[in-house]
Amino acid sequence: MKRTAVLIILGAFAFAQSASAQTLKTVKDRGLLICGANGTLAGFGLPDAQGKWTGLDVDVCRAIAAAIFNDADKVKFVPLSAKDRFTALQSGEVDVLVRNTTWTSSRDTSLGLNFTGVDYYDGQGFMVRKSLKVNSALELNGASVCVQQGTTTELNLADYFRAHNMQLKSVTFATANEAVKAYDAGRCDSYTTDASGLAAERLRLANPNDHVILPEIISKEPLGPAVRHGDDQWFDIVKWVLFAMINAEELGVNSKNVDEMLKSSNPDVKRLLGTEGNYGEQLGLTKDWVVRIVRLVGNYGEVFERNVGSGSPLKIDRGLNKLWNKGGIQYAPPVR
Amino acid sequence: MSMHLTRAGARGRPAFYNDPRIRSLAYQFVLCAVIAFLVYGAVANAVDNLRRAHIASGFGFWDASAGFDISQTLIPYSAQTSTYGRAFWVGLLNTLLVAGLGIVLATALGFLVGIARLSKNWLLAKCAAGYVEIIRNIPLLLQLLFWYNAVLKSLPDVRDSIALPGGAFLNNRGLFLPAPNFLHGFETVIVAAGVGLAAAFGFGRWARRRQERTGERAPVLWVTLIFVVGLPAAVFALRGFPLSFDYPQAGRFNIIGGFEVLPELVALLFGLTIYTAAFIAEVVRAGILAVARGQTEAAYSLGLKPGLTLRLIVVPQAMRVIVPPLTSQYLNLTKNSSLAVAIGYPDLVQVFTGTVLNQTGQAVEVVAITMLVYLTISLVTSLVMNIYNRRVALVER
Repeated sequence: MKRTAVLIILGAFAFAQSASAQTLKTVKDRGLLICGANGTLAGFGLPDAQGKWTGLDVDVCRAIAAAIFNDADKVKFVPLSAKDRFTALQSGEVDVLVRNTTWTSSRDTSLGLNFTGVDYYDGQGFMVRKSLKVNSALELNGASVCVQQGTTTELNLADYFRAHNMQLKSVTFATANEAVKAYDAGRCDSYTTDASGLAAERLRLANPNDHVILPEIISKEPLGPAVRHGDDQWFDIVKWVLFAMINAEELGVNSKNVDEMLKSSNPDVKRLLGTEGNYGEQLGLTKDWVVRIVRLVGNYGEVFERNVGSGSPLKIDRGLNKLWNKGGIQYAPPVR
Repeated sequence: MSMHLTRAGARGRPAFYNDPRIRSLAYQFVLCAVIAFLVYGAVANAVDNLRRAHIASGFGFWDASAGFDISQTLIPYSAQTSTYGRAFWVGLLNTLLVAGLGIVLATALGFLVGIARLSKNWLLAKCAAGYVEIIRNIPLLLQLLFWYNAVLKSLPDVRDSIALPGGAFLNNRGLFLPAPNFLHGFETVIVAAGVGLAAAFGFGRWARRRQERTGERAPVLWVTLIFVVGLPAAVFALRGFPLSFDYPQAGRFNIIGGFEVLPELVALLFGLTIYTAAFIAEVVRAGILAVARGQTEAAYSLGLKPGLTLRLIVVPQAMRVIVPPLTSQYLNLTKNSSLAVAIGYPDLVQVFTGTVLNQTGQAVEVVAITMLVYLTISLVTSLVMNIYNRRVALVER
């Protein structure tokens, strides 16, 4: 009996030791990246009937896998609700969380997360029935609003109604699915979430044309990937994968011309694609890491248009998400 | 003789490490120490990991401003000024409300169905059996979703509300009742009601004692009615009817004013009551069948009618068998109320381990508090039911 006890105690200490592992090594040994994704939001993370995942966030995960394994399919997606996502990342259930998650100071600090960048600049909006004849969110005094739990949306909603001295009746649901269904059944006058989410959810309602998205954007919602505190190398990799996609778009490198671009004499392109310098190796990856990403997944613009832009049913305008030199605010530090 | 025994004892006394009493004590001590060490190790490990990941820990969040809205609050709560601690109490009260109402309703329905299943009326007995078999074999979560959708889909939209008599409205956003406004002087009515209740209770005891002593019966029902209803009503009239009603009215979006019963609460209450009542019905049936047939026959031979036999002879004896499993059903109902999270009812789990956990990120603290709360509620329920059980248990004389 004593021997068992000693073994158990040793086991407990072994567990304590293994908590601070190197994520890149773990992922490589496993041969698979585990990515926390949405699972119910078209355009960001949604598996189709064949179980193939699509979405902007999903493609960011694929890009990370492409950079590490030279295979964009070595990703396992774990669908997470807004409520459970941080616990899943903190506890190590997923390697990276790319689930239309808003970057806020408290999440970056007290939740023990590091946001690596912004893959979509969003803002919160409202959807209402056309028959209500509401033209502005400021007319929603006294309305009931369906909202998903555990989101910045839930907090912004209360703030917005308070700031404008309006009465709010919020009805909170654990998942976006339940909230949307209740809104569709008439439980609420309005449904609120990020504007991109509204565009996606509207298409799933019984009669999409009976609903309208109000013009007001009531908050800043910079959505981006997040990793755990305590592994700087992994933080750098996830951060620079997204930067690489944005830089590739800026330099005109896309999935179709990437092989030609390898012969480019432009020093920026050469550094990005690894024909000059060893910037990929400095990250713990290979020299051709960006080539892999762009060839297998695409640059930021391609991924955007394919999932949420003109190439998708959502048809969202790029707006703020245009590159900095095209009138938007997507801007990546240079690879050098 | 005694000398002999002592000597034999001294010779035969085993070494202290072979003494079974000392051995068992030592084993227990070692086991306790190991468990304590493992618990300490787990806690230390968790704290260490949290610190390494720079995740906030401790209970400082309790006094931080909450900033989110809750749809049903039994105590004053506002997103702007209230704290996470306040949100905890709001959620806890919502849990207690649905559990309390559910226990009362499920007990009433369960007793009816349990007795109906033993009825000689074939149709009634088969209906009760069908109810029990269908309901207890379908997962509760599905039933909750069914009731929630039944409530939302079958009731009209808010703009086509059904106007009920007395100024109430019913629609798919809930039931809206006139809210009472207690004016100055109403407190005397409450005092009168308290006095009336106490008087009725005292009269009942006196009447029962007298009946046991002399066999004379007193008009208990009438006297109770006069004390409990008549006395407060008279005081209410004397004080000039110090009560007004705040009637619900149609607003731009919703019914405003009045007292609001959320559809989420109704659906959860329906689901929990109907589900648990099926189990309680079986407990009641088992209890009644456990009373020896001779008891009923003896009662009939004394000339008691079936209703009186059930009430005076069978049920009191059945209670001994019923109460312990009934307690488990009450505990199940309370714990099952946490499924509220699926249909948007703001109970403790939804508010606290849902929103508060997510906004603060302090999973360890929040989950620990929630587990402690459910443990406390369950232990208190057990305690109360055990006290009641001791009262109804068979007393050997």
